[in-house]
Amino acid sequence: MSAEKLEVLEKSKAFWNPNKTQFWQDVGVDLVIDKREGYFLNDMDGRRLIDVHLNGGTYNLGHRNAELIEVLNAGAKRFDMGNHHFPALARTALAEALVGCTPAGMKYTIYGAGGAEATELAIKSARNATQKRKIVSVIKAYHGHSGLAVKTGDERFSKTFLSEDTEGEFIQVPFNDLQAMEDALKGRDAAAVIMETIPATYGFPMPHEGYLPSVKALCEKYDALYIADEVQTGLMRTGEMWGITKYGVTPDIMIIGKGITGGMYPISCCVVSERAGQWLKQDGFAHMSTAGGAELGCIVGLKVLEITQRPEVVSMVRYVADFIRAGLDDIQDLYPDFFIGIRQNGVVMGLEFNDPEGAKPVMRHLYENGVWAIFSTLDPSVLQFKPGILMTQGLSEDLLRRVEIAIGRAAAEVQGSGRRRAG
Amino acid sequence: MDPAIAQLVDISGSDAAMRAHADMVLERARWASQVFQRYDRDQTLKIAQAVAKVAFAKAGDYAQWAVKETGFGVAEHKKLKNELSSTPLVEFYEDRDFVNPRLDERTGIVEVPKPAGVIFALVPSTNPIATVYFKTLCALMTRNAVVMCPHPAARECCVDAALTLARAAEEAGAPEAVIQVVERPTIPLINEFMGSEKTDVILATGGTAMVRAAYSSSNPAIGVGPGNAPVLVDETADIAAAARHIADSKAFDNSVLCTNESVLITLESVAKTLKQELKKAGAHICSDDETKALRGYLFHERGFNVEAVGRDAVWIAEQAGFKVAKSVKVLVARIGLIGVGEDLSREKLCPVLAFYVASSVQQAVMQARSLLRFAGAGHSAAIHSTDMQTIMDYSAAVEAYRVVVNAPCSQGAAGFDTNLAPTFTIGTGFLGRSSIGENIGPQHLVNWTRIAWHKQSDHPASMLDIGALSHPGPLPKAPSDGVPGESRPKNAGGAARGKPADDLREQIRKIIVEELRAVLKD
Ligand SMILES: Cc1ncc(COP(=O)(O)O)c(C=O)c1O
Repeated sequence: MSAEKLEVLEKSKAFWNPNKTQFWQDVGVDLVIDKREGYFLNDMDGRRLIDVHLNGGTYNLGHRNAELIEVLNAGAKRFDMGNHHFPALARTALAEALVGCTPAGMKYTIYGAGGAEATELAIKSARNATQKRKIVSVIKAYHGHSGLAVKTGDERFSKTFLSEDTEGEFIQVPFNDLQAMEDALKGRDAAAVIMETIPATYGFPMPHEGYLPSVKALCEKYDALYIADEVQTGLMRTGEMWGITKYGVTPDIMIIGKGITGGMYPISCCVVSERAGQWLKQDGFAHMSTAGGAELGCIVGLKVLEITQRPEVVSMVRYVADFIRAGLDDIQDLYPDFFIGIRQNGVVMGLEFNDPEGAKPVMRHLYENGVWAIFSTLDPSVLQFKPGILMTQGLSEDLLRRVEIAIGRAAAEVQGSGRRRAG
Repeated sequence: MDPAIAQLVDISGSDAAMRAHADMVLERARWASQVFQRYDRDQTLKIAQAVAKVAFAKAGDYAQWAVKETGFGVAEHKKLKNELSSTPLVEFYEDRDFVNPRLDERTGIVEVPKPAGVIFALVPSTNPIATVYFKTLCALMTRNAVVMCPHPAARECCVDAALTLARAAEEAGAPEAVIQVVERPTIPLINEFMGSEKTDVILATGGTAMVRAAYSSSNPAIGVGPGNAPVLVDETADIAAAARHIADSKAFDNSVLCTNESVLITLESVAKTLKQELKKAGAHICSDDETKALRGYLFHERGFNVEAVGRDAVWIAEQAGFKVAKSVKVLVARIGLIGVGEDLSREKLCPVLAFYVASSVQQAVMQARSLLRFAGAGHSAAIHSTDMQTIMDYSAAVEAYRVVVNAPCSQGAAGFDTNLAPTFTIGTGFLGRSSIGENIGPQHLVNWTRIAWHKQSDHPASMLDIGALSHPGPLPKAPSDGVPGESRPKNAGGAARGKPADDLREQIRKIIVEELRAVLKD
């Protein structure tokens, strides 16, 4: 490690986050990201990594996408964040564009600066619309770290801050368990069910066939709104614009973040139906956010929506998904005892290993082999594997080659080298 | 959307956007080409045949569309060209194998085909649909992906044709986007495509400027230069037949094929009869005044008047200021000079034929040679003669890579009335500043990896000795799966992915090989 990097790490511990900085050193990932472009990250000491973490899809279109830079620069010649109290050209344009590409019934866009804020907006809107407080979410769901959002998630994130739900307003049920969902809803006292279309931080377990539509039906039956968290499943990552519509569900509220501005100028969007957004007609000042819907972000967001829906992109995602899947199947055949499952919808993928912490050594060996992918915080047996939708054929092939090596090494390490390869 | 915002977000004219556009189209093509290389010969041929069939069926519609959109040529002839560039083209190459390995039994060298990958194909306005058909089918026969780039004047018909073929290809099982088209070509965008590292080869047919740009792009290019074919008619020729062929050729699609005869060179002893026969065949012999008017109309300071490209003889005469009978198909203009100083000895993509009389066969041959050195080097020439020595002398002298004998040059040099390879891309070779000197065909879109053993060691003696290439076919669709607790049975994915089938194929292959060996031993 260079002296410069060492110094950055020391200062990072001193001024930023000592524990988190140390954690990465302990797991063997001494990464300080410096230059980045396309699907590549460069460590400050110069090592190049293929990024299949993408911050949960933030860099869906690649790091520093040239078209997004171009449009952001053009925007900066005319706009800044804007004044959040006033009608504004860019905010309105993005809201209109979102209505154009989200499921029928979506009406208004309420803006935030990050995903958690959009979750707050979704929950607050649902509570206002239904005049009920209870929020049902899924065990090991993740919708952000802010006040209400954090209560929908795992206590691992709320207890530290004495911020877990103490009022019994936040109910959590197991994913893929319809009976539990119905039990939670049948008192008709729930304002909403909030669901990641595929729970990311939980390692992308896929919904049972029919599960999501049934949850939506239960919501209708018991008068609760359906909030679809599309932060990681939106924007073509499942091969369709929104994961939730691919599953045939029309939500009442959608949460969109991360990739909507390609990591260039953060904003988030909470898109609501007429009913869910009724407060916007009664008291528009009820929620405020200075950086929410910053106009430069909206300009970038418009470009993201346009790029994402190009026919070229739609077929690239299919190619990437099919090709990488075929390669992963082959790798799985080599290490069937260790690499035990592939969870996939489009380029949303989780790789499951036969060890409760199995994704961590895989992550480290990937890192050593020039690939950056992260374990699932709430299920470290699963590696989040999130290739970008514009991955090239060459890079996909290179990626698979590295993944095979890394999984092999991790398997040997975890299971002992005697049973390395099958066949 | 508010117009101010729409304008702000529209960065399509920026370098970044144009590069991104080219990148995306070419990367998508790369995916298609890589998947296409998994296909075996049968699958490949079936796709080419299916696309050719659709192309054939639409030949007439697109011919009319092209004439309507460009104003060039004759619909009925374009239909014929389109047809020839569809099913017959595939049939012509059907027994050529661009998919399987081959063995040179003399040297023991084994050759493995490697398709070019991503082809960027420029389409001229003069032969738009035929070129789209031709280049697409050449690409398909060799498992390449192609991006068509139409000339703006023929944009609409070409875009539609390319999309039609793309649909047909996908329906026949080709990888998605194996055929794409640049729907709004502009010069900077085309340069972006041509200069991109993601383009493997440029198939450039079009104006000289475009072809030179392709060669200057830093990418491999197969470009063609302009033509300016001489045609020699000597005393030994069947004069009536020669006149008919020449008139037919000039009238064919109003001479938009760059293989059309430009200057007819003949001898005093033949000139009179030839003129009479030409008249019979539908030509009008221009007076000196008419020739002058024609020259003035057809050639401006900047060169050939593009307004006249592919127009019919009657229309051209009228524009030049004289009248001819409605039945006239070709205008013949007598010239006394070839080369600098006589514009009519330049390429003319219209049914105007210059007519030069030489005093000897030897002089005629030299005039033909100088004509091609003046313009059109490396392209085509024709001769009507039965004297084998004259034909040989002529062919040796002219700087053309194809000499058509006793046949119409338009159709003949393009391989439709001769046994030359049928093509709409005429390689003009080194003489014509091109990389290839023969009629371009699918074989030019594949390179071969040569496997060579030590001279002193044993090398494969027969096809039975060489390994197999794996052709697993289309990429299987990725399932949307991974419900916890429902993990797929071990190797289930493998089974769905046809691996056992592959194993089976391999086993069958081995059995056959063993049997053949036994038979051969006996
Ligand atoms: C599904 C999902 N929802 C919400 C969020 C919160 O977004 P943010 O980190 O921008 O607040 C995340 C972030 O990881 C997420 O993955």
